Amino acid sequence: MSLLEIKGLTRSFGGLRAVSDLSFVAERGSILGLIGPNGAGKTTTFSLISGFDRPSDGDVLFKGECITGLSPDVICLRGLTRTFQIMQAFPKLTVLQNVMIGAYARHRTVATARSHALEVLRRLGMGPRVHEPARNLTLADLKRLEIAKALATSPELLLLDEVVSGLTPTEVEELIRLIRQIRADGVTIVMIEHVMQAIMALSDTIVVLHHGEKIFEGPPHQVATDPAVVQAYLGEELALA
Amino acid sequence: MTAVGQALLAAVVLALTLSAPAFLSDHQIHILIQILFFAYVSSCWTILGGFAGQLSFGHALFLGVGAYTSTLLLLHLGLTPWLGMLAGGTLAGALGLFIGYLSFRYGIKGTFFVLVTLAFTEIARIIALNTSAIGGASGLYIPIRANDLWQLKFVNKAHYYFMILGLLLIVLAVTAWLERSRTGHRLVAIRENEDAAEALGINLLRYKLVATVLSAFLTALGGTFYAHYVTFIDPSSLLNMNMSLEITIYSIVGGIGTLVGPLLGAAILVPIAESMRTALGHNYAGVHLVVYGALLMLIVRYAPDGLVGLIRWCHEQWIKSRLLPAHHASEAKP
Repeated sequence: MSLLEIKGLTRSFGGLRAVSDLSFVAERGSILGLIGPNGAGKTTTFSLISGFDRPSDGDVLFKGECITGLSPDVICLRGLTRTFQIMQAFPKLTVLQNVMIGAYARHRTVATARSHALEVLRRLGMGPRVHEPARNLTLADLKRLEIAKALATSPELLLLDEVVSGLTPTEVEELIRLIRQIRADGVTIVMIEHVMQAIMALSDTIVVLHHGEKIFEGPPHQVATDPAVVQAYLGEELALA
Repeated sequence: MTAVGQALLAAVVLALTLSAPAFLSDHQIHILIQILFFAYVSSCWTILGGFAGQLSFGHALFLGVGAYTSTLLLLHLGLTPWLGMLAGGTLAGALGLFIGYLSFRYGIKGTFFVLVTLAFTEIARIIALNTSAIGGASGLYIPIRANDLWQLKFVNKAHYYFMILGLLLIVLAVTAWLERSRTGHRLVAIRENEDAAEALGINLLRYKLVATVLSAFLTALGGTFYAHYVTFIDPSSLLNMNMSLEITIYSIVGGIGTLVGPLLGAAILVPIAESMRTALGHNYAGVHLVVYGALLMLIVRYAPDGLVGLIRWCHEQWIKSRLLPAHHASEAKP
């Protein structure tokens, strides 16, 4: 049984089908990369899986159970959570307090939530920043914080929405190492990413979306040579040339 | 401040608070009671507006429910206000649950929640104005004959002073607990960012309702106090927009979502209003609201975190200016 199974997922906004009959599976312990040009429906797919949006049609199965239409908090408690492309920190709270909010999903007391949050922050190398207000963080640290909050809920499946984009090459390298570490700790990952270096290095499987439809699914080394993908990214003329 | 210094300060404050009625005039006690009363209801409001970030402009409704329920139970059934207070609180809590569910279930927030709570207060005011069974426009009057703790009737103002002081200490204990508890932290998370809170496993509806019911219940207790202190209640003085505004403003001016904010706000604004009333007389009734409005604009524009935020900021600047010569040393600290 796959950890996550998407079956015929569709989301229409009026006449526009943002996601159209999308199906794929993510196996436990794997990293699945979700890529595609702007407006391909990647973030909408994340919203549908995590409960922030309801599909017009289709189903999301998590651990074999249907979670379609459940609210995000229920889905989180079942072990699936997401990060946001536009970082959603609690700006006035400190780094530690931010991560504790995530830890409360599994911990009923302030003390245990606090020690769990500190442990997560230490693992992500944010130890020295714990008492800093989130609004003072750099972009790279905000992205880490976004991951830390989600990880603190002890998920089995983590949806990462563009956590690498916008970072310097060194920071990208560090984050790639970090995501590998998270997977090694037993968390399955589905990630949306524009930075090809990261997606190629990390993914076991890549799914390419274009106009809401899946146009490719396969291992990373095949994606760059697939005619449909090249056409979607570079346009028809270049693909023919 | 050292621990000894803090304990000493606390002891002095405690001694002053407890002995205040002994050396103050009736008028001064009256002002003090007003400060404590508004600090109390504003602290109740803070649970919903400050912690959960759901700005209610209808807390006069909960105050009114508390005042009317206990007064009616006293006048018709002779029930002691101490029990009537709990009945009023329960009724206000149920009403809060109803209004909260209606709003939050359908994702109403921000300005729209303000309008919903305002609308419910207006509905209640119009109903109360036109229902003669509960006094109608002429209101209800509570007769006082002698000091009677059980009937919550005192000739001497000092008793009321201690009662509202007790209520204030209760609500401060509740907000202090919220500041340190999982529930309070999760409410703040909802205030700061609903989407992020929901993604981290927080049931938005449940937590917002908990805050609403708690806030409404405690506010209604204040309503019972109000009724018995003023000994007269009517729709136009209790269930009106000005009352809702007053409940809200002390919190906002003092520092929204902070423990001492409402206290600080009330301690500064109530004497201003009172002295203006004394200085200008009845010719300019309500002129203090103009000053409140101006203050509100200044605070929102220049100190969105209220006076508490302003004080914190000044304190930080002061520390920075002291550390400036030894800047490297300050960087080593967390």
